[in-house]
This record gives sequence, C-alpha cells and structure tokens, in this order.
Amino acid sequence: MYAQMVKSTGKGVKSRDEMSPEEAAFQDRIDADIKIEPKDWMPDGYRKTLIRQIGQHAHSEIVGQLPEGNWITRAPTLERKAILLAKVQDEAGHGLYLYCAAETLGVSRDDLTEQLLDGRMKYSSIFNYPTLNWADIGAVGWLVDGAAIMNQVPLQRTSYGPYSRAMIRICKEESFHQRQGYDIMMKMAQGTEAQRRMAQDALNRFWYPSLMMFGPSDKDSVHSAQSLAWKIKIDTNDELRQKFVDQTVPQAEYLGLTIPDDNLAWNEEKGGHDFSEPDWSEFFDVVKGNGPCNKDRLDARNKAWEDGAWVREGLLAHAEKRAARKTAAE
Amino acid sequence: MSKEWPLWEVFIRGQHGLSHRHVGSLHAPDAEMAIKNARDVYTRRNEGQSIWVVEARHITASSPSEKGPLYEPSESKVYRHPTFFDIPDDVGAM
Ligand SMILES: [Fe+2]
Ligand SMILES: [Fe+2]
Ligand SMILES: [Fe+2]
Repeated sequence: MYAQMVKSTGKGVKSRDEMSPEEAAFQDRIDADIKIEPKDWMPDGYRKTLIRQIGQHAHSEIVGQLPEGNWITRAPTLERKAILLAKVQDEAGHGLYLYCAAETLGVSRDDLTEQLLDGRMKYSSIFNYPTLNWADIGAVGWLVDGAAIMNQVPLQRTSYGPYSRAMIRICKEESFHQRQGYDIMMKMAQGTEAQRRMAQDALNRFWYPSLMMFGPSDKDSVHSAQSLAWKIKIDTNDELRQKFVDQTVPQAEYLGLTIPDDNLAWNEEKGGHDFSEPDWSEFFDVVKGNGPCNKDRLDARNKAWEDGAWVREGLLAHAEKRAARKTAAE
Repeated sequence: MSKEWPLWEVFIRGQHGLSHRHVGSLHAPDAEMAIKNARDVYTRRNEGQSIWVVEARHITASSPSEKGPLYEPSESKVYRHPTFFDIPDDVGAM
C-alpha cells in the first residue's frame, strides 16, 4: 500500500530450532507484544526490512503532496483552498515523522532522500496517476486516504516502537483527510449534472489504482510471511483490500455513484463483496516507472532538492559562523 | 552538499500543566530554526504551549543491557509504596 511489495529477507520464516538464542529471545518479545526500541538488539533482516518499509512509506507521504498540491491554487473557494493546504501540510508532516522513525535504525535522512531521487527506493504507485479536475481531489481524499487509513490503523500496533508511535500520530490526523475528500464528493455528487459526471469520472479513474495500493496478493509470499512474523505487517494485502471494498461500497451508494465493476456483488457466504481484481500488469508497469506521472513526480522532487541546495548550505554556513563567533567571545 | 543539518529531539508541553514530553525529532541548522520547524511539524493542532529542542548528540541514553543492574534493585523494595503499610481504619485518612 503506502509501502508496496517490501522485500524482506526472502528466506522464509526460521523455525525455533534454526534461530540463534538472540533471535529466539527477540521473537519471544515480539510474540509477547513487547515493543522493540532503537538500542535493542535486532536481526539484520528486521532492521533492513523496516528501513525499506518506513522509507517507502515516508517517500509516499512526500510525493503524495504533488497530485494534491497541484490543485491548491485552483481550489474553488478560499475555504477549500485553506483546507487543502492544511491537508497537504499534514502529509509533509507524515513524511517527516516517518523519516525520523527510519533514522533511529541508523540510516541518514539524506541517504533516504537520495535513494528516492535516483529511483533506488519506491513510493506508492497511486501517486503516479494525475489529478485532472477538482473532483479528483475529492476522490483522492475519500479513496486514497481511505485506503491509507485501512493500512495504517493496524500498523499502530507494529512491533517497532518509533514506527508505531509515528503511525499513532498519523492516524490521528488522517480521518480529517478522508472526510474532507468525501465532503468534496458529496458536494459534487449532489451538484449540477456536470458536477455529478465529474464525480463519477473521478471514481472511475481512481477505483482500480486505489485497489492496487494494497499490492498484489501476498498470501504465498515469503517476504510477507516474515514481515507478519515480525509484526511489521499486520494483515495480508487481500484482507486489507477486502475490508476497503466492503467499507467503500455503501459510501459510493450514498453518493449515488457507481463503482466501475460489473462483478461487484455482496457474497452472503463470505460476508463480504466479490469484486474484480485490478489489472496487475498495469500495476507492475507503473511500479517499473511507466505510469502516467512517474517522470513528472521524480522530476519535481529532484528539482525541489536541487533548487533548495543553496538554502540548506546557506543556513548551515550561517549557523556554523554564529557558533564560531560565540565560542570566540567566550 | 554532503553535510546534513543536525538532528534535534523535540519535547512539547501540552495544555494541561503536564511536563514536556518527547514527540519526535527533526533536522534544522540551529536551535532557533529547530523551534520554528518543531512548531510546524509537531503543533499543527494546538498540541503545545511550550517547545524544547535539544541536539540529539547531546543526549546520553541508558542501554538495554543495563536493564538488570539499573532497575532490578527497586523491584524488591516494595516498602517504597504506601500500600505496603496496614494502617487501621480508625486512624482516619492518611
Ligand atoms: Fe498521510
Ligand atoms: Fe496520504
Ligand atoms: Fe492523508
């Protein structure tokens, strides 16, 4: 989802007999829901997987500002503009909470940033789709933040203390995001015929990319099995996707909009909806870099990093000069 | 540019007369900017009345391996808790 297809050790979960005493003690703590803190001993694979996952999550929050930031200057009212600005500012905050959680694992902020900028690290596939009109801003808040919440709520219980604390902060702020999006959708869906059509069109375009946010089925993945055992993943991708669909269907009905899936139907037996899978070949193509906006997004982040270099350097030079003057005066 | 702004730990005192509490960290070139950034990152919803920042390298932390020597001695000293002592009801509130 915000972190999709994070690779773990790739070796499968060790049995108790295969574990060293340290590893067994570590797994015992996780099984007993005792949080792991930065200075505690942890297996190398746990540390590396977490850096990948938290880093990718942080990058998603930062890159996720771009499709919405795109509409701040064109929001239809001053109030909508202020709300969207606050929402996008929250996403910057989310990125920062997560980067500092990742840094407690021994990776530097600049290192993470550079890995994003040169494509070694990924961000969520969803942000490679464009926001073409105002209804898209509604759809993003409703569906994209909605899907994010689905994933983030269980992660509040994740085993790594700093990650869990960042998720708790983030979850407190997310429900405003989804509600402001749904509020836009309600206005549009109950508006003129043209507005209603824009709302439907936004739902049509964002539905499947939102389902892709959870990542392909991982019920047989060794990476996911390890992440589940370490409690850095709490539910499988399919479980979260199912929950998301079940939650969203009545919300779409209330809006009088149609989810673009002819196979969507309530299945009494499983107590959930049947629905069509997204086109996974499209997903893999987007992840590979061929989505509609991959290039724009990375160009924008690279430009911001390069254009900001003189500010970073200047402020640091100023701080060092002042500190030197202060020592000289003492 | 290869030099990163230093890391600062941020502590915030909330509304209700509590102590400052650690909320997270951030990067800033100096203390003044760290306070300004902390305002934007950690108090967007009125979470604070006062902010402390301290450069992370100035913090010394106890290590998990010292857990035994540091905290075990207090486990056996139950008499430090008021409930250890039985005071007759007749004495009144104490
Ligand atoms: Fe977020
Ligand atoms: Fe988000
Ligand atoms: Fe959000």
